[in-house]
Amino acid sequence: MSRPRYKLVVDPIACDGAGVCAELLPEMISLDPWGFPIIHGAEVPPGLVDLARRATVSCPRLALTLVRIES
Amino acid sequence: MSAPVGPTRLLDTTGGPDVVGLDAHLQRWGPLPSAGSKALLDAVGRSGLRGHGGAWFPVGTKWQAVAGSGRSRPVVVANGAEGEPASGKDRYLLHHSPHLVLDGAATAARAVGADHVVVHLTAEAAAGVQAALDERARRGIDGCSFEIVVAPDRFLAGQESAAVATVNGKNPGIPTFVGIRTVREHGVAGRPTLVQNVETLAHAALIARFGPDWFRSVGTTESPGTALLTVTGRWDAPRIFEVPLGTTLGQALGIDAGTARGIQGVLLGGYGGGWLPTATALAMPFAEETARAHGTSVGAGVVVLLPTGVCPLAEVARVVRYMEGEGAGQCGPCVNGLDVLATSLEHLAYRPRSLRGGVAALPTLCGLVEGRGACHHPDGVARFVRTAVDLFADHAGLHLSRGPCQTTRPFLAVPTTPVARAR
Repeated sequence: MSRPRYKLVVDPIACDGAGVCAELLPEMISLDPWGFPIIHGAEVPPGLVDLARRATVSCPRLALTLVRIES
Repeated sequence: MSAPVGPTRLLDTTGGPDVVGLDAHLQRWGPLPSAGSKALLDAVGRSGLRGHGGAWFPVGTKWQAVAGSGRSRPVVVANGAEGEPASGKDRYLLHHSPHLVLDGAATAARAVGADHVVVHLTAEAAAGVQAALDERARRGIDGCSFEIVVAPDRFLAGQESAAVATVNGKNPGIPTFVGIRTVREHGVAGRPTLVQNVETLAHAALIARFGPDWFRSVGTTESPGTALLTVTGRWDAPRIFEVPLGTTLGQALGIDAGTARGIQGVLLGGYGGGWLPTATALAMPFAEETARAHGTSVGAGVVVLLPTGVCPLAEVARVVRYMEGEGAGQCGPCVNGLDVLATSLEHLAYRPRSLRGGVAALPTLCGLVEGRGACHHPDGVARFVRTAVDLFADHAGLHLSRGPCQTTRPFLAVPTTPVARAR
């Protein structure tokens, strides 16, 4: 059984550009000129999954979700 | 009751201005055969029919997904909202041949196991479809119930999740986020929902009668069958055509080299589509796979032949400002990005010296909105702008070196009715 794989998904309707995610996970998230997150990479590297999970629960709008990639 | 042999299928009975009533419809096409779910899913899958609402998604795959979701009874939404200002083929089809669409909706319902169909349409189409539903109810020919829901008059009304929102009575015409759970799983009243364009359903009604091999006898391998087009730019008013997919536009519209000289570019796929050089567009086999290879999409079958004597940059700026206003106002990158994009295009069209970063700034701005909305609205605008920048590069150069066009007349249809935002 292989290790589960994850991706980060932003709900752009819920997101209001607080920017907490980019602060907590700069390895994967940067901000556009208006402060909204840009996700880099289609998959969360295994070593960043815990940090990514922390970013999702820290979002004040709960707009960031860690989604398991179905293989 | 014979299958049409030529390239005219959906419009076979609509040669004149008349509405095809139920008697004439049954006389031409005969009743729907009583096939079961499995046979219908198989026939539509093998036909290769793709969605004519603009996405060109394989219909069989979509029907299988809704049929197999298995939690509660699915709902079918026959989508004729057609918010694109340059498109009129769905309204035309609903007006002239409502029973072909309703047959297709009944076929879809039987295939996916739904017992209720919502016909989602524009206000002007409602009375005609209601009359058709009354005719059917008197004969008792349908095994499912029908309901009409009128879409709000806005560009995004026909978008899949926006249509479901309208039917659910919550934020009508406003898309929702479907990145985690799609409307196929959770749509109308929380049920698995099949949203299918009305033209697609009309094709399905003929596949149910004449089979997948007949359907594939015209068109391309990847995009079989025919398509309805709304063509603007050669006549006083837009015209509806039915063309076999894979035919060149030049052939289909009867445009020769002489006529083509009066056309400075062709827009395929409407305001979320893309621009092509006239010669390329006229010689290209008209099908989604070829359009995508050329960086555009045939979308819902919109074709605009932009005449010479119109400033293309003023047209593009006007359309992008309209599209910015038609956004749902929900997603940050789209709200901010489309406004900056529209302002930059207005600079290029009317005050070229104010354009910061030159024409190269436009594709960069497109990159900032692409893939970042809950729906594909920003992606479509970005494609419209990127292809316009490519096609009209020389014209942009003239604006920058000599100043804007002194006179131009508005050409592309842009409704001016203000629309409500979500917030």
